[in-house]
Amino acid sequence: MARFAARRLLGMLLVLFAVTVIVFLIFNVIPSSDPAARIAGQRGATDPQLIANINREWGFDESLPVQYGRMMMKVFGGDLISYTTRQGVDEQIWEGVPATFSLCIGAAVIWLSLGVLFGYLSAVRAGGLTDRALTILALVGISMPVFWLAAIFLYYLTFKVELFPSGGYVPLTQNPLDWAYHLVLPWLTLAVIFVGFYSRVLRSNMLDAMNEDYVRTARAKGLSDRQVRTRHVLRNSLIPIVTLFGLDFGVAIGGGAILTESIFNLQGVGQYAAEAIANLDLPPIMAVTMFAAFFIVLFNALVDIAYAWLDPRIRLEGPAR
Amino acid sequence: MNEALLAVRGLRVDFVTEGGPLRAVDGVSFDLSPGEVLAIVGESGSGKSVTAQTILGLTRSPNARIEGTASLRGEELLAASEAELRKVRGDRIAMVFQDPLTSLNPVRRVGDQIVEAIRAHRERIGRREARRLTVEMLDSVGIPQPERRVDDYPHELSGGMRQRAMIAMALALDPEVLIADEPTTALDVTIQAQILDLLRRLNRERDLATVLISHDLGVVAEIADRVLVMYAGRVVEEGALDEIFYDPQHPYTWGLLGSLTRLDRDRPERLPQIRGAPPSLLDLPAGCTFRPRCPHAFGRCTELPDLEARGGEAAGHRDRCWLTPGEKRERRAVGGRIGLEEAR
Amino acid sequence: MASPPNAESRPKGGSPWGLALRRLRRNRIALGSLGLFVLIVAFALAAPLWADRVAHTGPNATHTLERITIDGERRDVVSPDGTPIGPVWLGAGGRFFLGADGRLGRDEMVRLMYGGRTSLFVSLVAALITTLLAVSLGLLAGYFRGPTDAVISRLLDVIWAFPVLLLGIALGTALAVGGLQIGPLSLSSGSIWIPILIIGFVYTPYMARPIRGEVLVLREKEFVEAAVAQGAGALRVMLGELLPNLWSTIIVFFTLNIANNMLLESALSFLGAGVQPPNSSWGTMISTGIGLIYSAPLLTIIPGTMILLTVLSLNVFGDGLRDALDPRSRVRLEAHAGSFEPEEKSA
Repeated sequence: MARFAARRLLGMLLVLFAVTVIVFLIFNVIPSSDPAARIAGQRGATDPQLIANINREWGFDESLPVQYGRMMMKVFGGDLISYTTRQGVDEQIWEGVPATFSLCIGAAVIWLSLGVLFGYLSAVRAGGLTDRALTILALVGISMPVFWLAAIFLYYLTFKVELFPSGGYVPLTQNPLDWAYHLVLPWLTLAVIFVGFYSRVLRSNMLDAMNEDYVRTARAKGLSDRQVRTRHVLRNSLIPIVTLFGLDFGVAIGGGAILTESIFNLQGVGQYAAEAIANLDLPPIMAVTMFAAFFIVLFNALVDIAYAWLDPRIRLEGPAR
Repeated sequence: MNEALLAVRGLRVDFVTEGGPLRAVDGVSFDLSPGEVLAIVGESGSGKSVTAQTILGLTRSPNARIEGTASLRGEELLAASEAELRKVRGDRIAMVFQDPLTSLNPVRRVGDQIVEAIRAHRERIGRREARRLTVEMLDSVGIPQPERRVDDYPHELSGGMRQRAMIAMALALDPEVLIADEPTTALDVTIQAQILDLLRRLNRERDLATVLISHDLGVVAEIADRVLVMYAGRVVEEGALDEIFYDPQHPYTWGLLGSLTRLDRDRPERLPQIRGAPPSLLDLPAGCTFRPRCPHAFGRCTELPDLEARGGEAAGHRDRCWLTPGEKRERRAVGGRIGLEEAR
Repeated sequence: MASPPNAESRPKGGSPWGLALRRLRRNRIALGSLGLFVLIVAFALAAPLWADRVAHTGPNATHTLERITIDGERRDVVSPDGTPIGPVWLGAGGRFFLGADGRLGRDEMVRLMYGGRTSLFVSLVAALITTLLAVSLGLLAGYFRGPTDAVISRLLDVIWAFPVLLLGIALGTALAVGGLQIGPLSLSSGSIWIPILIIGFVYTPYMARPIRGEVLVLREKEFVEAAVAQGAGALRVMLGELLPNLWSTIIVFFTLNIANNMLLESALSFLGAGVQPPNSSWGTMISTGIGLIYSAPLLTIIPGTMILLTVLSLNVFGDGLRDALDPRSRVRLEAHAGSFEPEEKSA
């Protein structure tokens, strides 16, 4: 087990390195126009001195490895500045982290519990009305644009009927109830997409498992249907959900959050990124991309290790390819 | 003769499939006496596994229709409720399946799965006591270092040990009947012999009535007392072991015997086989189902023969073939041994 | 009744494609979804017709200071406080059927249809690109294995490490400012091909990995061995033996990929990292609509609903396809509509 974990973490480091190279390529190398002008953003159009400064600081006149080094130092050295807003990028990101994590973790708790519940019910009553209804719900859920759902919630539940606050983030430490009250709609928005997906995956896993030989053995041993369903079918079906959750939490943080936060004005990292995108302000986008990817790679490595602990077959064969 | 421990009469199992309705088992009847080893032999699709699984109610589903009776010491099983059947499964009739790798839950320890079986039926037994019993069972089936093996996962055991563990799990509650569905098919030949030895020993030591299902008559010859030969869902011949091997009455049985290769004889020029293939259960031929593949088929074969004793000798030796005993004796002699000759 | 002594009973069957088609035809919900999708495509394709004959205006033409006649009454297209007119339906002969889209007073219905064209075009072409890349990479990696596989798999892994939206954003913003120039290929920053290429690229690992997995399994089968033994070269084996067996996987993935592309394109465009002005898509329409969410909610709701319907129809149809093509015989848990009586057998 320890050997597997060590191997996995080592692999993770390599991927992290590759991530930095890719970010570097995307922002500094691939496009054709003057990179310094791009980084300067809108201010650069009126301030040629700024562009010259950027050229020097970022090393655009020098070799690629030097550029890479400069970029890494800027991003990880806390030196990165958005020329459009004239603010340090790292501080802005740091300030937005609590809101983003509150959103994603809360949504994750909801979507996991409901997803498993609905998936279990669907599988157990397969073919029946519950199953069909839940399948339709699930399909609609995964077909919706997240930001559209957020807008719908905003319009109908905060404006037409003033059930919830229309936005803003209240820190947990300041007022837990208010914190939750402001997050209910964002949580539901993010969760709806995933609940559907998870319930379908669990349903599918469970239906497959029910046809497996070991389930037949369990029944032949004299276990009740409920015991067979929970101790064998559900238990085995939940394991792949763990890996899936690892991937999807990353999608939530690196995607759903960006779309949801801006609509509900949660002032999180996602909203910060969304504003930078609208302004085509590159330094913040670069930093957010880097940090988000880092977090996701790390999180996935941890999830893989948890998965190996749950499914002993993986430890011997290595990570599933 | 002892009163039958397990009595099956007129078992019929139909399934609705995408291609239409099919009859997997058609009127199978047999008795199992205490301590007896009954072998059910046939190709894939002959209905032998479905028969066994139906007795334990494992084939119940909206797509299945089951007729007939199966009773354990007089208690009816086929019509029993799930709750009643649950008490029988594992405790009075236990089953061992073909592939122990897929038949055991791969993410749970072997010992846990046996403990689970024990505690499902004996609620008063605590976890530690159940674990002790488990180690004892693993030991009694010949697994070395059972105290270590009890915490292993299925894939950490070798094929033979896995099957022993399955057998240990099946016998943990001291059932009266053991049904072994192709227990050796997934194993190496050398391990096969060990497992059969184990089954024979358990049969003798515990007076354990056993139903052994196999496609291989050679495997069966080791330990069976009686043999049922099935083809396309029907019993085509049944009798004592010696009767089947030395006085077989049905051409299909001749074919099975003829295809057994033996080390103590000259190698035949061509490996004998039964020509053709088993019929699709969706589209069975009328009359004797073996007719399309039988070189000895004649006019009367379009009428389905009843399962009867025709030689007038042993009453327990029955078959479904219209040929007279004399014709049978003559035609089954092929090249100095019993076989199914190719058409002349 | 005499019959030939060696008559074999033939199992009912047919080619796997025929079987799949039959199963699909029985799935009325899947067919319904396909119909819905076709309707939506037709709707989008009808854009020029509607614009010319009914609305008499284009998707970018502004009508801020104009007035139109609805049932005899003269109304402002955009009221003095900036509120656009709501759905007029057929009151003005089809003009401003869904109202105006904000201060600029553009015909929302025309924009919806043209936006649909853009969204569908981007999604479809990107899906083709993804399929092409994924199949090629999957075949190469799975067939050759060794160092080829190692390089390709590592490449796919790294792309896979980025959440799709984030990667799309990174590429979208970087290329939106400066356009793209690789060798002879040169795209301006407003080109519609930039989001197409980005989306096509980003989803490649999600399709390439499963295909590689299947190729790894298929290449061990006997028919591949037989082809190689007959002297078939790598290309012929890949195209002649492996590819034909991959079609069912490819088709299902392709369908679902179009759906995912629609969602990604709308998200990117909504944020400003996707389709750039003057082009517009359903995503950009939601982006402008959100600003007027309280006064004109339909401007946000309607394009989003179109996206939902398109993606839903593709998902449902893709599901139905997958079920129809699945060769594994599953225990059908729905009650079967067959009878239990075996048919009369003929000899």
